[in-house]
Amino acid sequence: MNARLTRRAFAGGAMALALGGKTFAQGFAGLGETADGFAAVTPGRTFAFPADHGPHPEFRIEWWYVTANLSDAGGAMYGAQWTLFRQAMKAGPQGEGWASQQVWMGHAAVTSATVHRVGETLARGGIGQANVEAAPFHAWIDAWEMRGLDGFDAQTVAPLELKAAAADFSYALRLEAGRPLMLQGDHGYSRKSDRGQASYYYSQPFFTASGRLVIDGKPIEVTGHAWMDREWSSQPLASDQTGWDWFSLHLPGDEKLMLYRLRQKDGRENLFGNWITPDGRSAEIAASGNSITPLATTEIDDRKLPTSWRVSLPARGLAIETTPLNPKSWMGTGFPYWEGPIRFAGSHAGIGYLEMIGY
Amino acid sequence: MQLATLLIGLISATALWSGVQALNQQARNAYDRAAATFGGSRTAMLVGKDSAAFPQKLFVDLRRAGWPVSPMLEGRIQIDGRSVRLLGVEPVTLPSEVGNAPAVARGNLLAFVTPPGEMLVAPETLRDLDLKEGARPQANGITLPPLRAQRELTPGVLVVDIGIAQQILKQPDQVSRLLIGKSKAPRAALESVAGDRLRLVEPSAETDLERLTDSFHLNLTAFGLLSFFVGLFIVNSAIGLAFEQRLPMLRTLRACGVSARMLNTVLVIELVSLALVAGLIGLVCGYFIAAALLPDVAASLRGLYGAQIPGELSLKPIWWLAGIAISILGALAAAAASLAKAIRMPILATAQPQAWQQEQRRWLMLQTAAALAVFAVAAGLVQFGDSLIAGFAVLAALMLGAALILPMVLQIALALGQRSARKPVGLWFWADSRQQLSGLSLALMALLLALAVNVGVGTMVESFSRTFLVWLDGRLAADVYLSAASDTQAKEIRDWLRDRPEVQAVLPGGRADSQLGGAPIEVLGLPDHATYRDNWPLLDSAANAWVRLRPGDTCFVSEQLSRRMKLAVGDRIEVPAPGGSWPLEIVGVYADYGNPKGQIAVNFAALTRRFPQAPLNRMGLRVAPDKTAPLIAALQQTFALDDRNVADQATMKTESKRIFNRTFSVTAALNTFTLGVAGIALLTSLLTLANSRLPQLAPLWAIGLTRRRLAALELLKTMAVALITALFALPLGLLVAWCLLAIVNVKAFGWRLPFHVFPLQLIELLAVALLAALCAAALPVARLARMQPASLIRIFVNER
Amino acid sequence: MAVLRGVDLTVGASESVALTGESGSGKSTLLHLIAGLDAADSGEIRLADTLVSKLSDAGRAELRRDRLGLVFQQFNLIPSLSVADNLVFQSRIAGRHDAGWHEELVERLGLKNLLKRYPEQLSGGQQQRVAIGRALAPKPLLLLADEPTGNLDEDTADEVLRLARDLVTRTGCGFLMVTHSARLAATLDRQVNLHAGVVA
Repeated sequence: MNARLTRRAFAGGAMALALGGKTFAQGFAGLGETADGFAAVTPGRTFAFPADHGPHPEFRIEWWYVTANLSDAGGAMYGAQWTLFRQAMKAGPQGEGWASQQVWMGHAAVTSATVHRVGETLARGGIGQANVEAAPFHAWIDAWEMRGLDGFDAQTVAPLELKAAAADFSYALRLEAGRPLMLQGDHGYSRKSDRGQASYYYSQPFFTASGRLVIDGKPIEVTGHAWMDREWSSQPLASDQTGWDWFSLHLPGDEKLMLYRLRQKDGRENLFGNWITPDGRSAEIAASGNSITPLATTEIDDRKLPTSWRVSLPARGLAIETTPLNPKSWMGTGFPYWEGPIRFAGSHAGIGYLEMIGY
Repeated sequence: MQLATLLIGLISATALWSGVQALNQQARNAYDRAAATFGGSRTAMLVGKDSAAFPQKLFVDLRRAGWPVSPMLEGRIQIDGRSVRLLGVEPVTLPSEVGNAPAVARGNLLAFVTPPGEMLVAPETLRDLDLKEGARPQANGITLPPLRAQRELTPGVLVVDIGIAQQILKQPDQVSRLLIGKSKAPRAALESVAGDRLRLVEPSAETDLERLTDSFHLNLTAFGLLSFFVGLFIVNSAIGLAFEQRLPMLRTLRACGVSARMLNTVLVIELVSLALVAGLIGLVCGYFIAAALLPDVAASLRGLYGAQIPGELSLKPIWWLAGIAISILGALAAAAASLAKAIRMPILATAQPQAWQQEQRRWLMLQTAAALAVFAVAAGLVQFGDSLIAGFAVLAALMLGAALILPMVLQIALALGQRSARKPVGLWFWADSRQQLSGLSLALMALLLALAVNVGVGTMVESFSRTFLVWLDGRLAADVYLSAASDTQAKEIRDWLRDRPEVQAVLPGGRADSQLGGAPIEVLGLPDHATYRDNWPLLDSAANAWVRLRPGDTCFVSEQLSRRMKLAVGDRIEVPAPGGSWPLEIVGVYADYGNPKGQIAVNFAALTRRFPQAPLNRMGLRVAPDKTAPLIAALQQTFALDDRNVADQATMKTESKRIFNRTFSVTAALNTFTLGVAGIALLTSLLTLANSRLPQLAPLWAIGLTRRRLAALELLKTMAVALITALFALPLGLLVAWCLLAIVNVKAFGWRLPFHVFPLQLIELLAVALLAALCAAALPVARLARMQPASLIRIFVNER
Repeated sequence: MAVLRGVDLTVGASESVALTGESGSGKSTLLHLIAGLDAADSGEIRLADTLVSKLSDAGRAELRRDRLGLVFQQFNLIPSLSVADNLVFQSRIAGRHDAGWHEELVERLGLKNLLKRYPEQLSGGQQQRVAIGRALAPKPLLLLADEPTGNLDEDTADEVLRLARDLVTRTGCGFLMVTHSARLAATLDRQVNLHAGVVA
């Protein structure tokens, strides 16, 4: 699960790049950077909700991440993504107003079999253009927001309203959950390397979603499943880690699987993941004996991306192949990556999300 | 010889053209820098209803309603007594289409936005302030962020993060305007978010530096083009001559079996290589021309538009490529006729052409018809056109038409001369001049255009100069002008002056910035004093204008502003002021030459009431005669003022005149160049004609006219056509001047100057034209006078 | 290099002389010397009582204007002037215009209908008739012609030469014509053959 953090760290790097200026990127989001002055991630933290739904500005980087697998009345499938990143440009006392060192970045996307639309926006902290408030729960940047609705339960992080709009798409979704959120890794401590890189990480994989997408002015009523990740850290990635391939899968029987492969400069790779049962318990996936393997690639902007995969967890009796809903689910943002809905079949059949960074 | 003229033509064409292009490019780079800070009127923006600052919460509310806005806070601060513009920007939301400001500020976002922040400044301004990078000057009692030089920035502006600007300007949580990005995401209606507190200002042409200065660059480009075409005339005649001379050789080659295609290829290759060489030399010359003119261009642009252009020339590679390309294309265009002739050339010599009169009449009729059509277009443009471009189009049409009709004018003049001639030599003189017309017409057209432009521009500059000097006397009526380092010092100075008997009056001055119709204006405070009442250059006023100005509910507007906003005496305007909108009735219009900004003048006391924080550090003094110098010395010593802070009227006037003169020195220089090039065109045309004229002159010699007499006649003929051309150029030039004064100036600068004719100047130009013709004709004529009889006899010998 | 050596030639009033010789024999050079177009290194050229060879450049020009008529093979009319103006050009600059004689010339040369035309609109024969008219208009002492029919066909040449001879007779001036055509030379009073710069 620590790779999950890693992926967002890269997206955080994207934020730096989107702001222009290499110096800046190196200055605060350098992937192998030490965390001098920022709060450290240590095991044994006690999580408290709703407080932990809010920001942790003493850490370098943090995000609120929702992906949704949706379908319309005719069975056509869609995906939606809503992400809010926070990064602190420097450690130390929090500046007030414009002096705040916090910078926020929002990414939003909708995907169908034929289109993939992306929006991106940036904001300084401290003045109210973007922020997250724990109670009542409200996360926003510009006109995009994720808001707790009446009867909001901090343990289930539901019900939620999720909204985003860009030039050529918009969506408004309502997310409900009957089961509480779950802590990833070791009680929410997600180790990323042997050298101390780690994050705090919890998820709500049990959302049901309903609402409306609008693509090119055409509204589409949709329902489906959604998955939220919350993660924060100060030094998320080891310097020799180059990218990852991350899956969130909705298995039959309300089981969930989070799985990723972390790639290193030397060509080696590590597999991490959690198997989550409907009662909310999660078990880590062992690195040995399990594998994820690329099957087919798609070329986007001169990059070759493995958009179809074989996932094999023999101990869990899982052997599936995944295919993307739209192989061109390319996030052409300041720092580009691939993120989109997938289907899978084999020993288990279902839907999920795939993210690929570092290609 | 032809090689030399060909090269001269190409070089001068390329040099002038690329010199002008280099200047334009330099200026455009500067405007890009300006755009980097101005955020520019090229961008749509939201401003407060009364143009005052508004709370930053509106920015957040608009962002949250989907508006892609970015806040800016603007103000002036004093650093060591010098007033500088301070611009607070928000680099994260700054739309990328706003010049290169986002890149400038985001270069090091962390350092820029987090304390102590950074203050970006153009290197020139850093030098002007006499500060080093990293220095932290004081302003408003605050230590400013360390200065960081940024080449892309426009001079005279300090750029800081908006949060820091709010502290320095002591306007916490306030914003002056919001730039609107181009993002098309859905947004809520403005009123539903901001009520009536904000007003949308569409990208504006009026305040846009680039558009504003377009006229100036159009002017430069027009000159460059004119010179370029004149240069091509030279190339054209040189190539024509070279071709004529090689005709026998080409025929022989063709007869020997060389294909026309092959021959042409060789000719084109030769021409292109020559053009390459000439283009390179021309570019180097162009570079030097541009470098020599740049200070004046910069002065002009600063004087006329307040645009800051760096004084060092920096050129992009594309400029060099374009210069070479234009040289080659120009050479090919100029050679087109000759090359076409070479392709179609029959191997055997052609039969006699039609009678020259018929041929010439047909050609004259065609050109005249074309000229009349062009004049009709010009008339139509005068009638219906209302833009600067239309103004220039009128000028262009006028010149083109005049050039086209020139041969007809000459023809008529010469025919009249011929009719009045009694003696056979006189008859021949006129008749032969007529026959020569077709060969000389291109060069004469060039001369006509150069002269007309000279007359036009000369008259305009002279008119301007005369008006400007009178105006300057009115505007600079006080004897001593001083600006204190601060309002506090100003008060000390006033107290000190009270005890000086030689000071007859202290005239406080004040100005504030406001807006009218979305464009920035200056509000000037005039004390109620005879100095102003007697001298202020009012162009139009209501009765008792000065008395009516006193209560503070009326104003004068500058001519520029009155034209731009179509304001006249009796109209009412509302000027945003800190305490709310200020309704004013216009009771006068005054000349405000050279001010790029619109201006209104109000009673001084009323200004201080309405704009309480307007700086009051300027004042004018009326001083007893010949006490000025000691007073200034005493002031400088007592208050540690330098020459920049205190000056007497004479110095101010001298300085103003100096700036004024520089403003037009570019025009003058280009004028001279153009005239020079026209002279060269005439020379080459005459040289080209000289050889083909021998068969015409030889019979006269045989009949009994001496070579000396023939040479004198030839000279006289050239002078005669040049004189007729020049005489024709005078009214044309005056028409051009009228166009410049009544159409182009009004559109470009916003003022209309009275039209004066300066006979002495015209006579001078006539003399210059004749001198040019004399110089051009001297060489071929001298050759003729000294020609060996053998060369003439050869004409009669059977084999030619 | 000497083109002519020891040439001795006299043309009397009303006498027509043909100067013949092959190409390069110096016959044209001799004509140019007589016309004062060029100056001889030594020797004497006398026209009536004037010693041409001693005249200055300006004096020779004056002589050509007032006392000589010149006709060339290329006609060498003034292209910018009409036929009428070409005809009177020399006589008027010489101040020897005689309206009656002029009219007669126009009549005899058959130029009446061509007066308003310009040289390039005329045929070769017509042009040469104008040239002869121009040369004879001031009633010169001597008419010099250098291959006047060289550019004309045989019939036209005969016609033009006949007119010239008639007019020469009419005015009583001398006539010296350079030609390489023995046939045409034979029609004149006397023939002088020049060979390698000496009278053969």
